[in-house]
Amino acid sequence: MTATATPEAPALARATRTSSLLRVRELGIAVLIAVVFVVATLKNSAFAHPHSIQQLLTGAAIIALLGVGETLVIVTRNVDLSVGSVVGISAYIVGMTFRDHPSMPVAFGFVLGILVGAVIGALNGVIVTVLRVPSLVVTLAGLYIIRGIDGLIVHGVTIDPGSIPNGFQAVGYKTVLGVPWLFLVVAVVVAVVGYAMRSYRAARDLYAIGSNPEAAELAGIPTVRRVFSAFLISGALAGLAGALFLALHAQVDVTAGSGYELLVIAAVVVGGVAIFGGSGTVFGAALAALLLNTINQALVSSRVSAFWTDAIAGALLLAAIAFDRWLSLRVARSLTSAEGAHRDV
Amino acid sequence: MTRFRGTGRRLPAVIGVAVVATVLAACSSGGGSSSSSSASGSTVKKNLTVYYIPKDTQNPYEVLADKGGQTALQELGGKVVVSSGTADTAAAQIPSIQAAIQAHAAAIVVAGNDPSALCPSLQQAQAAGVKVVAFDSDVTCPNHLFINQADTKEIGTSEVDLLVKQMGTDSGEIAILSAAASATNQNAWIAAMKEQIKAKYPNLKLDTIVYGNDDPATSLTVLQGLLSAYPNLKGIISPTTVGISTAAQYFSTHKDVAKRITLTGLGLPSQMKSYVKDGTVKGFELWNPSDLGYLAGYAAANLASGTTALKDGATFKAGKLGSYTIKGDSGAFSVVLGPPTVFDKSNIDQFNF
Amino acid sequence: MSETATTPAASRPAATPPAGPSYTGVDTSRQPVWRGLLRWEAALVVVLIAVLVFGSVESDTFLSSTTFFFTGLNMGEIAIMALPLLLIVMIGEIDLSVASMLGLAGAVMGTLYEHGTPIALAMLAALVVGAAGGSLMGLLVARTGLPSIAVTIGGLTLFRGIAEIILPNPTAKTFPTGLANLGVLPIPGTQLAWSAGCFIVLAIVTAIVLHATPLGRSLIAIGLQPEAAEFSGIRVKRITFWLYVLSGVVCAFAGILFTLKNSSASYGAGSGLELTVVAIVLFGGVSIFGGRGTVLGVVLSVLIVGALQQALTQIQVPAEVQNIITGALLLISVVVPNAADTVSRLRARARRTSAEPARA
Repeated sequence: MTATATPEAPALARATRTSSLLRVRELGIAVLIAVVFVVATLKNSAFAHPHSIQQLLTGAAIIALLGVGETLVIVTRNVDLSVGSVVGISAYIVGMTFRDHPSMPVAFGFVLGILVGAVIGALNGVIVTVLRVPSLVVTLAGLYIIRGIDGLIVHGVTIDPGSIPNGFQAVGYKTVLGVPWLFLVVAVVVAVVGYAMRSYRAARDLYAIGSNPEAAELAGIPTVRRVFSAFLISGALAGLAGALFLALHAQVDVTAGSGYELLVIAAVVVGGVAIFGGSGTVFGAALAALLLNTINQALVSSRVSAFWTDAIAGALLLAAIAFDRWLSLRVARSLTSAEGAHRDV
Repeated sequence: MTRFRGTGRRLPAVIGVAVVATVLAACSSGGGSSSSSSASGSTVKKNLTVYYIPKDTQNPYEVLADKGGQTALQELGGKVVVSSGTADTAAAQIPSIQAAIQAHAAAIVVAGNDPSALCPSLQQAQAAGVKVVAFDSDVTCPNHLFINQADTKEIGTSEVDLLVKQMGTDSGEIAILSAAASATNQNAWIAAMKEQIKAKYPNLKLDTIVYGNDDPATSLTVLQGLLSAYPNLKGIISPTTVGISTAAQYFSTHKDVAKRITLTGLGLPSQMKSYVKDGTVKGFELWNPSDLGYLAGYAAANLASGTTALKDGATFKAGKLGSYTIKGDSGAFSVVLGPPTVFDKSNIDQFNF
Repeated sequence: MSETATTPAASRPAATPPAGPSYTGVDTSRQPVWRGLLRWEAALVVVLIAVLVFGSVESDTFLSSTTFFFTGLNMGEIAIMALPLLLIVMIGEIDLSVASMLGLAGAVMGTLYEHGTPIALAMLAALVVGAAGGSLMGLLVARTGLPSIAVTIGGLTLFRGIAEIILPNPTAKTFPTGLANLGVLPIPGTQLAWSAGCFIVLAIVTAIVLHATPLGRSLIAIGLQPEAAEFSGIRVKRITFWLYVLSGVVCAFAGILFTLKNSSASYGAGSGLELTVVAIVLFGGVSIFGGRGTVLGVVLSVLIVGALQQALTQIQVPAEVQNIITGALLLISVVVPNAADTVSRLRARARRTSAEPARA
């Protein structure tokens, strides 16, 4: 990344400052995870048992993966509410294919999942960019439609573990050096996408589009292509998440993935991705998914009644976005005071 | 049938409408389904339409039961309409009850998502002459027949006995992985289990009950929480097919857990086959859901035809299942399908449901 | 906290369409308001007639007073929740916590009643809880300036969670017969379900407020141009706050009706309905960008969705297919107006040689 003409310099300086403050956000989440972990372990030492830690990582993995794709979309000032349904239909199609074609190689299962998701993501992208339909509406409609189609395909039949090849299931539970495979796959995706978001012009364009779509358009950014890609990737990652869901549970019915969309948005928002676009990282989203899962498991492990988890999750989400707001107001104050008369539109 | 075409301004109360509708239905020509139990002989009427309203249209257990119902009605020369929502809520089932009323169904066979929220709608159905039969998950409304899959108390006691037998000891900590916290059948069975523990196994401690809501992802999460919250668990009972198969999958991929915890519950042989064969689960119980639906179908048809009635001691024939006697009093009547079957290595291959 | 011009990422962008994520930020929906309105409502009337015709052709029991009663019974609470949501979407915000508040209010009423509180007090308590929840949402959105979609998702989870805590198991005590009959009997002398009757009254009030009072004009102004509205003296934050309080109270009221209709309270009541309510509002022609929409559109939308559900269930269309149809309707409701704009946009671009996209 090169610092070029003068008009870009303040923007770059702001970006660097903002990015270092965002790193504060991600660090903050990491610290919170550690705090929750310690408190939970004090209440119940079994929480720190290797099995328990593996569960923490695996349990967060799928939401974290969805969070990566959702971040891309939200950064461009859109939203994707169809991710949960995509997980469900992708998991089922992969499972169905394994059941009917047992000799399919394990890797193909993942490829198939990604493909299913990518097709849906592409559809979403086209409707949002070409037909200019607000993404909230498109993906909400998609949620209903995909869930309905899934229901027709599933027709009350559960795919059983016997239909899923052992190699595929292994991704769901095997560990390497104690770290679950499932978590590793997701971690790799997070790392790759996170790196790309910082280093590649095409990815940084997403931030520009989210910050000010008109300006981005005028600056020559191919907004149609970029936003379409964001939806395509979000769909593909949701499809991959579906395949991983199948590997983890080894059984799938029509409930797979239901309700995930709200969980993912919660994670993404807690992770510091602004709902109006233009800022946030996939690292924050992934860490937030891990935080939420850690809190969930900590509550159960500390024998807090299961009926409390939703209330606590809701309160946390509100606290997180309030904190986010407070933080960004502080950033704004420091920026406006530092740059004197500069005013945003 | 043209009763009120396109008017819609001066309209009588719904009860009046229902009564008029019933009268007109009875008067209308054509084979249509009868909705009131007129005094007939000892044969079940033909051309009955029975609405099956499961918890949702995708629940595999209920899909099997519905199929059983279809077989039963086919044998009787009638037909079954399966109608429900996709969400496991009472609100999703109400439109189906309304459709049954509109279609002048002979009977409704319903698995309630909520013990009492369906009662107003079911009472409307009864006022319109539709007989109400509940199965799998009972409702608290008066004057209906509940087809119990097995005696509630017996399910509770046999589950605990089975677990103790498989654990090889009657002392230690156990837990229950259930479905939805509001599911009537679950709560009834759990109550019976608790009684059995108190009565027969004083050294057995029920640590907690966790709720998996009949979906694999939630069941897995609560199971994992359970394992970490109670590291000394010796046994888990999961009286729900989704719960036990999720737990079995986890156990089979985490052999060390399987070694120290015994798992049993209610499961579908088709789902549990591989786990029984590889020893993860020694045995579990269930009954044939298809038989349950079959029995419900015969019961509904008999009630609608007037060949049996809601009173203690009344009997009816249920095709290949034989003869059944209705038990109960003051509004709560039930019929029991039979004792649960224990599935283990020795017999699991014989079943394909 | 002062709400001055701040970083675009965290605050509501001023000049560009404020709410609802949009792809380009160019709001193509800001046309002469009345022309756009009547077009959409007229289309809805056509669709309603089509649904009625379809229903009566496919099912002989469709055109009957019973169907009318059932439609009102099923849609009543959803329709009631759609009214405050209409107002909230008009000012460019959203409220996804509506159905959870329904559940929470029902749970509050149910648990108090089960423990011996007189029913009237229990209902009052439910309404108070609604006001409290709405105040929380309003505070966070209006005073603190947080994005309403995120705040109300938090509210959705929080309210449901509180309902779970105070009412883990459904109530068993029967409600007083007069009230319990709300679910079984229509308003005497009519075929109207009680909740449908309440909806009609509330709809008339909402229509008067929205279309015939200065307050209503303020709402439209806020939705169209929030900064201009602020500068012209409209108390945007105050209105926003009170709209959320209103939403909380109205949804609590819907929760009371829902609970009485079902004769039982459970914490899961209404779960998942928020998306249906949003879909109905959007299908009613209310623009997600704010500033455009009518009560008539929402009423027509409620009728269409309700009648369609009755028709489809009567002819035994599976629930999954009904889901697909709901989604498709929602999609169509937004694609069609936009398609016209897209076509005119492309035509305009073809006419002009300039590469600059049309600015509003």
